[in-house]
Amino acid sequence: MSIKDRMSGNEAIAYAMKQIEPDVFAAFPITPSTEIPQYFAQYVADGKVSTEFVTVESEHSSMSACMGAQAAGCRAVTATSSAGLAFMYEMLYVVASARLPVTLACVNRALTGPININNDHSDSMGARDSGWIQLYAENNQEAYDNYLQAMRIAERPDVRLPIMICQDGFITSHAVENILLETDEKVKAFVGTYEPENYLLNPDMPLAVGPYDTCPYYMEHKVQQAQAMKNAKQAILDVAADFERTFGRRYGLIEEYCMEDAEAALVLIGSTAGTARACIDEMRREGKKVGLIKIRSFRPFPAEEIAKALSGVRAAAVMDKSEGFSGCGGPVYAETCAACITLPKVPKLIDVVYGLGGRDCRMEDIRRVYDHLYEILETGETGPVYLHMGQRSNEKEVL
Amino acid sequence: MAYNHKKELSKPERFAPGHRLCSGCGAGILCRAMTRALDEEDQAVIVNATGCLEVSSFLYPYTAWTDSYIHGAFENASAIGSGVEAAIKMKQKKGELDANVKILVIGGDGGTYDIGFQSLSGAMERGTDLTYFCYDNEAYMNTGIQRSSSTPRFANATTTPAGKVSTGKVQNKKDLTQIMAAHGIPYVAQTTYIGNLRDLHEKANRAIYTPGPAFVNVMSPCPRGWQYPTEDLALICKMAVETCVWPMYEVIEGTWYLNYEPKNKLPVEEFMKLQGRFRHCFKPGNEWTIEEAQNYVDRKWEELLSKVN
Repeated sequence: MSIKDRMSGNEAIAYAMKQIEPDVFAAFPITPSTEIPQYFAQYVADGKVSTEFVTVESEHSSMSACMGAQAAGCRAVTATSSAGLAFMYEMLYVVASARLPVTLACVNRALTGPININNDHSDSMGARDSGWIQLYAENNQEAYDNYLQAMRIAERPDVRLPIMICQDGFITSHAVENILLETDEKVKAFVGTYEPENYLLNPDMPLAVGPYDTCPYYMEHKVQQAQAMKNAKQAILDVAADFERTFGRRYGLIEEYCMEDAEAALVLIGSTAGTARACIDEMRREGKKVGLIKIRSFRPFPAEEIAKALSGVRAAAVMDKSEGFSGCGGPVYAETCAACITLPKVPKLIDVVYGLGGRDCRMEDIRRVYDHLYEILETGETGPVYLHMGQRSNEKEVL
Repeated sequence: MAYNHKKELSKPERFAPGHRLCSGCGAGILCRAMTRALDEEDQAVIVNATGCLEVSSFLYPYTAWTDSYIHGAFENASAIGSGVEAAIKMKQKKGELDANVKILVIGGDGGTYDIGFQSLSGAMERGTDLTYFCYDNEAYMNTGIQRSSSTPRFANATTTPAGKVSTGKVQNKKDLTQIMAAHGIPYVAQTTYIGNLRDLHEKANRAIYTPGPAFVNVMSPCPRGWQYPTEDLALICKMAVETCVWPMYEVIEGTWYLNYEPKNKLPVEEFMKLQGRFRHCFKPGNEWTIEEAQNYVDRKWEELLSKVN
């Protein structure tokens, strides 16, 4: 039986960590993820976990310490946000290429420039090509559940990639919600232990990690890494299936809502899904055939699944919570368009960049996007495909 | 027990031949010496910063290291070492590790004095049980002899070249050994390749077997950067010590010990004249550079003497 409780997203992650009891936690504070190492430090102080808690002097060092610990044969975790993740970028690539399944709790926050502590996805979207698996949560429950599944996915021998468990800063990290927790025993049994084949501290076989890789080898290693990311798709589904059998809650690569007959749809990531669902319920009562695709796994990107879900849709808006500065749309839009190119009938696709630096996104905002999609359907004119929503402006590229 | 060079050299090599370091390079000597300073039955994890040593000793699919080895990036060897230390503690707690495992971190002056300084300082402050060996060749040699904060004043480096209006690097060398001593860690030492390497061996051994963090700074000449015939390595090291450019000392639990005091302190030009990087200092009109270099060495030497006495 699950335990009914209420806690914030940060506490939910810290609680999952306590239940899993990773070997090493390398910690450096940054808003809004700071509470995770804080809660965990108290667990350490109270003797509730035996984890080695290393209070490093920067995020670059927290990811580096995770690398050392995981390569040495331990389960290593950390948590960060925004500039902290940016400071890790170099090591994100190194850890991924060394095929070390480190787990990182990313509490999404806008990247600095100017400094802003509120939520958007620019931090983890910037790390999308680093070779990390990325799962995103809509609410506290999903943050907790994703974390329980993370190591099983990342450590699978045909995957062996690091994993980022993302949630929206403040919106879910600090908001206290009802949550279903599982017992320590069931969590430990589900997650299992880390059994690496090779590790630095293996007394029977030394290991060398992090070579200088010349032209004759580098590309082979990159292709192996790419294959591992492809394999991660099945791993996510398999672990989700076992999670559902064990705990009763269902997860996939994407989550569809009212998509069966939808003619206008949104594609988005994270906590905005809840707002969108409420809006859909309202509009469905008005007879509007609107639907939603929430992306749970952005890396690997579920291109086939998204294309399939959009195959019957006439117009869709991809909502990007980061500005990719490509000059033609955000990253989720670019990848969704690429996914849809295989469809016999590609829906009209627009990008709506929204919510940057914590700009609020309310039900009336979501409704405005759907209304815009209906306008496109009625006029047959797609108009500008790269829109920004919610800022002070009268430009036509603004919703 | 007294140092027995023959006996030490008869131990099995833990840094294997076949690596691609230049002949006349100091780094390889250090790799052999520091692993020789391990008790034979002890396991080691080598953590290496990016640099000449890394690209010369672990080119996929070959490694010169018989111990476990990890390289991550340029600036974070100490932080990776912190992670390995945490893993050792955890495995010991769980009863999964019987062997005595020592962590030897090694980096050049670029990875130690400059870009890796933050992670080094952090690991030392945290009391991480590792020994950091710096092979200090006084410039970014791997990328082609650019100046570092360890490059001495007047040295010709590719980003501080001597020229019509330049006499090489403008600033003095950062005194990292003293900065590490100021961290208050249990063991700090400075040495180089002298004679039968007894000093290096004893310091490496003491550092490795001192519980907690230890730092050993080893002046490691580079024939490409310092511009000397490869066979002159030992002579240059000797002159660095005899001129007091590079004094050999150690700081044990806060107490300073001078390990060698030259009977006749030689003028600094005896060290400088062996190296092409100081060639311009000997041109007519540049006599002042040698005077200034001498003044600096004298001042630092007096400072050190005041600490050991």
